[in-house]
Amino acid sequence: MIAATATLRVSIHYLVILPVLIFFGASLLLLIASAMWRRTMPTWVATSTTVATSLAVLVVTYFQWRGLDKSGVSTTVAHAVVLDGFSVVATAVIAVSLGLAALVAHDWAIRENVRGPEYQILALASTAGAVLMTQANDLVVIFLGLEILSLGLYVLVAIDRRKTVSAEAALKYFILGGFASAVFIYGAALVYGATGSTNLSSISYFLGSNVLLKPGLLYAGGALLLVGFAFKIAAVPFHMWSPDVYEGAPTPVTGFMASIVKVGAFAALIRVMISGLGTQLATWRPILWVLIVLTTVIGAALALPQRNAKRLLAYSSINHAGFILVGVWAGTARGSAATLFYLATYAPTVVATFAIVTLMGGLGDERHSLESYRGLARRQPWLGASLAVLLLSQLGAPLTTGFYAKYAVLASAIDASGTILALIVLLSAAIAASFYLRWTVVLYAEPDGDMEMSRVVVPRATGLAIGLGVAMTLLFGIWPGPLATLAQHATLYFTP
Amino acid sequence: MTIPAAWYLILAALLFGVGAFGVVTRRSALIMFMCIELMLNAVNLTFVTFARTMSDIGGQTTVFFVMVVAAAEVTVGLGIVVAVFRRRASTSVDELSELQG
Repeated sequence: MIAATATLRVSIHYLVILPVLIFFGASLLLLIASAMWRRTMPTWVATSTTVATSLAVLVVTYFQWRGLDKSGVSTTVAHAVVLDGFSVVATAVIAVSLGLAALVAHDWAIRENVRGPEYQILALASTAGAVLMTQANDLVVIFLGLEILSLGLYVLVAIDRRKTVSAEAALKYFILGGFASAVFIYGAALVYGATGSTNLSSISYFLGSNVLLKPGLLYAGGALLLVGFAFKIAAVPFHMWSPDVYEGAPTPVTGFMASIVKVGAFAALIRVMISGLGTQLATWRPILWVLIVLTTVIGAALALPQRNAKRLLAYSSINHAGFILVGVWAGTARGSAATLFYLATYAPTVVATFAIVTLMGGLGDERHSLESYRGLARRQPWLGASLAVLLLSQLGAPLTTGFYAKYAVLASAIDASGTILALIVLLSAAIAASFYLRWTVVLYAEPDGDMEMSRVVVPRATGLAIGLGVAMTLLFGIWPGPLATLAQHATLYFTP
Repeated sequence: MTIPAAWYLILAALLFGVGAFGVVTRRSALIMFMCIELMLNAVNLTFVTFARTMSDIGGQTTVFFVMVVAAAEVTVGLGIVVAVFRRRASTSVDELSELQG
């Protein structure tokens, strides 16, 4: 009798899902508060709520990390949500990125007169989805996280209702994103049919203890899952939407997309590939190999002719996606740690980069030609130098985080006997270096005499975000030890 | 007479294929949108079929999640379509020319 009641009681370990609850709760709280507010809620209230939420989640991740040391990995909600080192670090990265992105969006919203708390409400809800993706241990939960993340983002892209180009970008993003989600969940259905479960641990256990006589169903399902992810992380040949959406979306939203979506999607991808389909490593590796080569080389090559800063950064982020995939390809703990380190350093860098692009865009968010950056570092040495550091970090210059991040993923690939892959990827980095350097040179170039350039006002919140982003880029670039150790520790506590 | 499970799976695959083909070839945002819904429903059919053949309740509950997500997608998607339509009086994606593609 006692045993019967005990099995009926559903126990949920709330510390595990606390970050998701906090993000989503803050989103709902803002939504209700804004409805009760007598007039339009001031932007600063929404922004400070988001920043406070990010800080609160950072504190929670600290306690989660402490708890991991004591009690190890734990799962909850029928083993569908997991708390391991990987998810804790990824959650912390997402929280930092959200805080920085919120500061940037604050000044943008005031400049563009996009009043009200809608941006922050949607950003918080989207972030809850991204965090859920990092913790998901079940294909269906990954799908839910993906959708929570994406649905908020579709609206965020179109949040400036006066801009036709944003609405069109949102429609494009929505249709391709919906298509990708449908492909993903069909893949999940086929994997479910092949293995009898959508739970990654069960799938892994099943595949480890059974030999599939007809693996066609599993392979088809795995391939569809990979295609769904490739759309989300904008890997070539599924990248077509990304330059258009990056260009059409308001610049702070682009920064949000480039950082938080990438962290969430890559965390889920690693979990599916390593802890779910890890036994099939030999099968998916060649596919990923081709995907990486295409993504890095084509991403870098297509960026070369771009004259628009946002499109250039879109192709640059495609190139980066290829780099991050290299760590997944390695399939080792070292590879996962390298991926995590890459994500942790790339996310703040890219948010800060888009913060500067937001400022340079000026009123109307339209001045994005590379020409408008000519001589920026001469007019405004601090702003120019910050952008130069951020670009050099994305290039992979020594003393910035980009260097160690690129080194770590390539080293993990060479470890896993992928020397040729590492060489090809390195070649793409050389191509990418040319456009980063060209942009940096433009920053320090002599301004054209006939072009009247006004100084860009740096508002306090955006300035803080840029400062923090640059500080992280330099600090962990010069001294990557602690963060690298953290990433390694994080992957020790991987899913059982 | 019972219909073999494989037939349901083939039907679902065909529906999914029709949906995917529609998204790729059709040019009206609304029809592309309907095609995505078709794809999601094909997924539901697949889940239910597998759940029946394996006598596992998990697949059937998943269908509810997919249905809720599909409904949420409709809400957001139609909102965006309306926002675009207000400016252009057309939902054909060919006329979305502000972005160079």
